[in-house]
Parts: sequence; C-alpha cells; structure tokens
Amino acid sequence: MGIQGMELFAIAVVIILFMAVLKQFGIFEPMSSFEDESSDSDLELSTVRHQPEGLDQLQLQTKFTRKELQSLYRGFKNECPSGMVDEETFKTIYSQFFPQGDATTYAHFLFNAFDMDRNGSIRFEDFVIGLSVLLRGSVTEKLNWAFNLYDINKDGYVTKEEMLAIMTSIYDMMGRYTYPCVRDEAPSEHVDKFFQKMDKNRDGVVTIEEFIETCQKDENIMNSMQLFENVI
Amino acid sequence: MAAGVAAWLPFARAAAIGWMPVANLPMPVAPAGKNKRQDEMIILNVSGRRFETWRNTLDRYPDTLLGSSEKEFFYNEETKEYFFDRDPDVFRSVLNFYRTGKLHYPRYECISSYDEELAFFGIISEIIGDCCYEEYKDRKRENAERLMDDQEDNKDAKPPNMTCRETMWRAFENPHTSTMALVFYYVTGFFIAVSVITNVVETVPCGTSPNQKEVPCGERYTVAFFCMDTACVMIFTVEYLMRLFAAPSRYRFMRSVMSIIDVVAILPYYIGLVMTDNEDVSGAFVTLRVFRVFRIFKFSRHSQGLRILGYTLKSCASELGFLLFSLTMAIIIFATVMFYAEKGSSSSKFTSIPASFWYTIVTMTTLGYGDMVPKTIAGKIFGSICSLSGVLVIALPVPVIVSNFSRIYHQNQRADKRRAQKMQKARLARIRISKQGTSNAFLHSKRNGLFSEAPEFTQLPYKMNLSEQSSTEEDQRLNKSTSLLESQHHHLLHCLEKTTNHEFVDQQYYQQSYLEAGLQNYPSRSPSLSSRDGVSGTCCTRRSKKQHAPLQNASGPAHMQPLTQVHAHPRGLQELSTIHIQPLSTSRSSLNMRVDEPASLNCQSSQITTAIISIPTPPVTTSDGDAHLRAGPAHQNVVKVSAL
Repeated sequence: MGIQGMELFAIAVVIILFMAVLKQFGIFEPMSSFEDESSDSDLELSTVRHQPEGLDQLQLQTKFTRKELQSLYRGFKNECPSGMVDEETFKTIYSQFFPQGDATTYAHFLFNAFDMDRNGSIRFEDFVIGLSVLLRGSVTEKLNWAFNLYDINKDGYVTKEEMLAIMTSIYDMMGRYTYPCVRDEAPSEHVDKFFQKMDKNRDGVVTIEEFIETCQKDENIMNSMQLFENVI
Repeated sequence: MAAGVAAWLPFARAAAIGWMPVANLPMPVAPAGKNKRQDEMIILNVSGRRFETWRNTLDRYPDTLLGSSEKEFFYNEETKEYFFDRDPDVFRSVLNFYRTGKLHYPRYECISSYDEELAFFGIISEIIGDCCYEEYKDRKRENAERLMDDQEDNKDAKPPNMTCRETMWRAFENPHTSTMALVFYYVTGFFIAVSVITNVVETVPCGTSPNQKEVPCGERYTVAFFCMDTACVMIFTVEYLMRLFAAPSRYRFMRSVMSIIDVVAILPYYIGLVMTDNEDVSGAFVTLRVFRVFRIFKFSRHSQGLRILGYTLKSCASELGFLLFSLTMAIIIFATVMFYAEKGSSSSKFTSIPASFWYTIVTMTTLGYGDMVPKTIAGKIFGSICSLSGVLVIALPVPVIVSNFSRIYHQNQRADKRRAQKMQKARLARIRISKQGTSNAFLHSKRNGLFSEAPEFTQLPYKMNLSEQSSTEEDQRLNKSTSLLESQHHHLLHCLEKTTNHEFVDQQYYQQSYLEAGLQNYPSRSPSLSSRDGVSGTCCTRRSKKQHAPLQNASGPAHMQPLTQVHAHPRGLQELSTIHIQPLSTSRSSLNMRVDEPASLNCQSSQITTAIISIPTPPVTTSDGDAHLRAGPAHQNVVKVSAL
C-alpha cells in the first residue's frame, strides 16, 4: 500500500516543521532577499526637533522684551522639548485648564488660529507672535486676531455656521455641571444675539469691518480687551 | 492643575481674548500680579551642595515647604541663600519633582530616609510617579513587615481583662500563648493522625480466617474501629463547638474554609449513625465515608507550609487556569488527529475520540502506560509530536507557580496582601481627590470670593455667613491660601462663565437641584426686578416652614440658586428640596443666611433683604447667572435693589 490519506498529511506536517526549525537556526532563508528592502524603509527618524529663530530676530518681530522672550521660551521648551507642539499635545495642555468640560474642540480652533502657516504644528515663533498680538497689540490687532479665530475657513467672512461651531465649542468647555443647565439651544441663541449685534447690513455674514466697528462701539468689549495686559 | 502646564497659563489667559467679543456680560477683574520677581534665581544650599533654580519653579507647589513662605525660616542673610541641613542626594529627587512635576524614588535609597525627607519637605508620597511607585510600595511593605515582626515578640504580654471567650479564641489561634493551648494543639493533632491512620488501616486485608477470603481489618474488628472512630469524632465535635463559641464573629467563622472542613470531616459519622441498616442508602453511605479523608486537611491548622501551599494555589489561579485550558485544547486536537490517523488500522484501540483522550493525556504528561499505542505511521508521527508538545505545554506555567510559592513562603504575605489592596484604593482615592481638587478649588474660591469683592455687605444687619465668619482677618487668610497661579486660573474660568452666562457648579448640587426640579412648580418668569410688596407676608410664612431664605433669581427658574449654599450646608440641600416657592417671591433676590440663625432672620429679612442683580446689556432673558456679588461694584450695570 502506498502512502495515502493521513499519512500524506502527516509527512507534510513533518516537512513543514523541519523547515521552520531550519529557518529558526538561520540555515534556511527562503525569499529573504525580497524582504530585506522593505524592512529598512520602516526605519524613520522618529524625533523631529526644531530650533527657533534667534532671540534678536524674535525681538524684532514681536513686542516682547528680551527677558520676556527668554522666560516664555523656557516655559515652552519645558513643556515641549522637541520645540514644536502638535495638535494633540496642544489639546491636552489646553484641556487641563478646563477640567469640568471638554476643551478639545475649542483647542482645535485655537490651534488653527495660532498655526499661521498651517503646517500642523505650532513652533515657538508662531506661539510668541500670537502672544505678542494678544498681549501687546493694539485693540484693532486684537480684534483682528479674534476675527481670525472665528473665521474658520479664513475667507474673510464669519458665517452663522462658523460662529455656531465656535459657540458650541465654548459651551462644551463648561461641561455638564453648570447652573443653569446648558440647553441645546443655548449656543444658537447666543449666535443669534451675536449676529444681531454685529451684522449691520443683515447679509448673514459678518465681515471684518462690521466686526471691528461694532466692537469699538461696545464699551464692555473694549474694556475686556484690556483685561489681560499684565499677563506676562 | 498640573504644575507642568503652569507655563502655559499665560497663554490660556491671553487666548481668552477670543471670548470677549462673544460675551454679553462684563468680565471680572483680573487678579493683580504680585511684584514681578518671577525671573529671580534662588540658591538652595543643602549640606554644602548648592542647587540653583528659578523662584517660580518652586512656586508651582505652594503647599510644600519650598513653595511656601516656610522656606524663609531657612534663609541665611549673609550668604543670601536658603540652607537646609539635609541629605543632598535625596534632595535631588525632591528638586526634580518641582522641575518636572514627577516624583521619582531612587532604588538605592533607603525607604525610611526617603520618607523622612519627603515628610520634611511637605511632599506626600502618593504622587510618586507610576514608574517608581511599585518599587516604593514594595519596599515600604517589606519595611512594615520587618517592623511588625519586631513588634510581635512584644505582643505576648496578655492584655488584662480579656473575657473567657477572647482568651479561648486567642488560644485556638496561637498555640504558643499558654500551656493549655499547646496541650490542646498537640492533642487534636494526635487525634487527627489517629483518625487518618484508622481510616487507612481499616481497608487493609487483615489475615485470613480459614476457608474465607481475606477481609479487611475494618470488618474483622468492627467494634474496635467503631470505638476509635467515635472517640475521634467526639473530640472533633467538641473542638468545633468550642471554636464556634469562641469565635468573635460566628457567621464569618462558619463561612471560613477550615470550619467547613471540620464539618465535612465529622458529618459522615453522624449521618452514618442516623441511617442504620437501610440497604438502599448504604451505597451512598459508603461514598460518604470517603469524606472522612478530609480530616487530613485539618492538619493545615498545624502546618504553616500547608496553608501557604493552599494560598499559593489560590493566588496562582490564573496560571493554573491557563494550564488547564491549554492542556484541554491540546488534548482535543491531538485526540482528534490520532483517532483519524488510527482509523484505518485494524483492531485499533482508538475506538472514538473520547477514547483517544486517555491516550493523549497519558502521552502529553509523559506517563506512557502503553495500554494504547498507535500502529500506523501517521499515528506514530502524530503521537511523537503530541508527546513533545506535552512537555512544553506543561513546563510553561509551572515555573510561575513555583516562583509564586517561594515568594509567598518567604514573605508570608497573606495578611499583607489584603492590606496592600486597601492602600492601593486609598492611593487612587487620594489622586482622584486631588484631580477633583482643581474644579473644587474653583468652586471653593468662588464662594470665598464673595467676601473679597463686596465690602459693603458687611454692613448688613444680619450676618451673611456661609462657611466661615466674614471678617476681614478671614479674608486675608483666604486670599493667602490661594496662590497667584490659582487665582489667575480661577479668573480664567470665571471669564468663561461670564462669556457663556452659565456657572460651574459641583456634581452634587447639580444632581440634587435637577432631581428636584421636577418636584417643584415653577412660577412664571417675571423679568422685572422691582421690589415687591407683600413679601413680608410670604417671607414669614416661608420662615415658618424653613429656616433660611433661598437665593433666587430675578427671572430664572425659581428653584434655588445657592451655589454657595451647597458647600456650606450639606444638610441644607435636604431643606432645599421641600421649599415651596411662592409665586410672588420670584423676583426677590436675597442673600443666603445660615441655617442656624433662624431667630435673626425672622422678619428682619423681609425688610432688609437686599439684592444685587446685574442687568446684562441686552436686558432680555439672560440674567440667569447673576445675582452674585461678583459682578461687583466695578461694573456699571449693577443695580442695587433694596427690597421693601
């Protein structure tokens, strides 16, 4: 009787095991040449480091003093040793200030407002230039910055949808446990109020001129713009 | 708030400018920065080794020695540095904690010296980072055990006035306490041995009577064995009853393993007494006799090693389970394969797959009885693979079990593991509390912020007390306790509240007030802020029901808004729920009063309740948030309504 059925199978199993053992010992390497090239490409530089521009250049670009820039950089570098903040890290950092709510959406908008060259990470220059506008800029510059924040697609117009997204993200930061309870219509009501105030020609969008003009007439807003002068 | 992101707080505050155009309410005043010494370097001289760091690095943790003003005690005027006469090596870890926010435990350091340094610098050990925490806890546990062993030698001094019951229990648990206990210990041990030997010898064939086959001794000397058995069982029963009597918690004792073993050991005898010569149940009775062998487990009270073995097996349950599971899988696979491989051969013993299980088990455990052997080539090949893999599968979990046993045996860990569980829970609880502390800190300071921004209300005739007395010294104490960093963070959260016109409350209050929301009737919203007459009537009727006036909104839903009340009076919440709101009183805003001062509230409040309500710029429906004083005098649209 010849080899048949289970015996064939048994012999096949034995051969496979044998091959596996040989491969383990490195004696037998089938098709290894094809695999070598692909494995090297997985090796990548995992750390990207970024060095900021010199202190003097930054002094020219911003309105901070040398000492302030030094202190800002030290804090920045402490948190982000690689010199750049990516969006996830940024969201984590910003969320720590608002433990009760969910700050990630607003952090996303904020990130886009700071990341001026839209490369997905904030370098120290972006950080410090943004801060310079916010803390040492004129009221018009600050208002410009705020408008830029609201204008999500940076087309120069703030539509109701964009404003609603921003408003919802601000309300999200409040979290669940608030008094009174945040109703679902609260953001859109707030947006309606905002548009009532800002949109002078009732065309459904707010332009930068309407925005600046309305804000300059509103005392509250003017006062509060000065609020954070002494942050640094 | 993690101190590591303290550097980003200025950024977060600056970014708050983005909320300003959207907000409808005026923003609160920013906390004044103290004199800007932020970039100052300070020198810490620890036993001669100088460490230098920025001042605001240390300020990140204001409740430690270095972060608070306590370090001024160590300031040396001549050398302009802070001198600490402590170990510089451990100080490295301490200072790194300030720098990086993570506390590490160096392995070469002695645990007690490290603990002392932490205690000196005011750092709690629970915040040791996860990377070092296991090591730290292990060392601490070993240290505690060592201390305990030393202490146990001193524990033999018997405390006086122990009741008879307690003495007995102590004697049972620890035979070395008195001679009586020792005697008892040996006697029971002896009888356990006698009982076990009796059971064994009972079955030995005992000489032959002529023309009869061999009978076991048990049937030959029935009476003798019966007497022996009775004596043993009597002793065991007495012992069990005595233990039951002495046990501090009888219920728990009855549920313990040892007592179950005791019961199982003596029960067959009694059952045997009850069921006498009934033929049908004698078969079951014979089975019951098997349980007599459980008496041997009673030895585990006498042997520490046995107890540890049992404990090891219990603690290695997962490894044993893995062993069993993998063995079962392998058995099924190989049995199937062997069955089909041997199907062809004639007179094969492998009649079915379950029949092949026996072969597989015998082969995998390398027993090899030889009662079933494969005859075909395929069968032999698979059989050899089976035995090789059996060795591997069994060899894998065994070292784990062995090492477990040796570890437990050496450390004698049973009670400590239970204690370690509690510590772990306590640690997690503490970390959770400190994380909640951020949001709670804000709510706490909101409540206290009432005082710092509303000086004119100290003139009110009744005292507005929330949790502390409102006196100026208290104000300063409160202000000092929050660092600049915290106050800036709170200011930021405050701005957010103003932007959205909602307030942060804590979870408790939220659940309470919105659970009861359904129970209360909402009177209609009245947006007007005028003071109303007729409050005195309702006021006093309200007083007669409850003892404090709720803080109400002008136009909000008419249940309470006592953010402040929540924290001060946990029991006040109960009262909240049953306050019925009179329709007339919705427009009143009155300040909280202490629950324990009903007398002064009586009808003074009806005349004197003063309301500060801020009208936001679009005076429509958004005045929900703000009957608080925080919208204080600095803002223009504050309306002081003095009620009738």
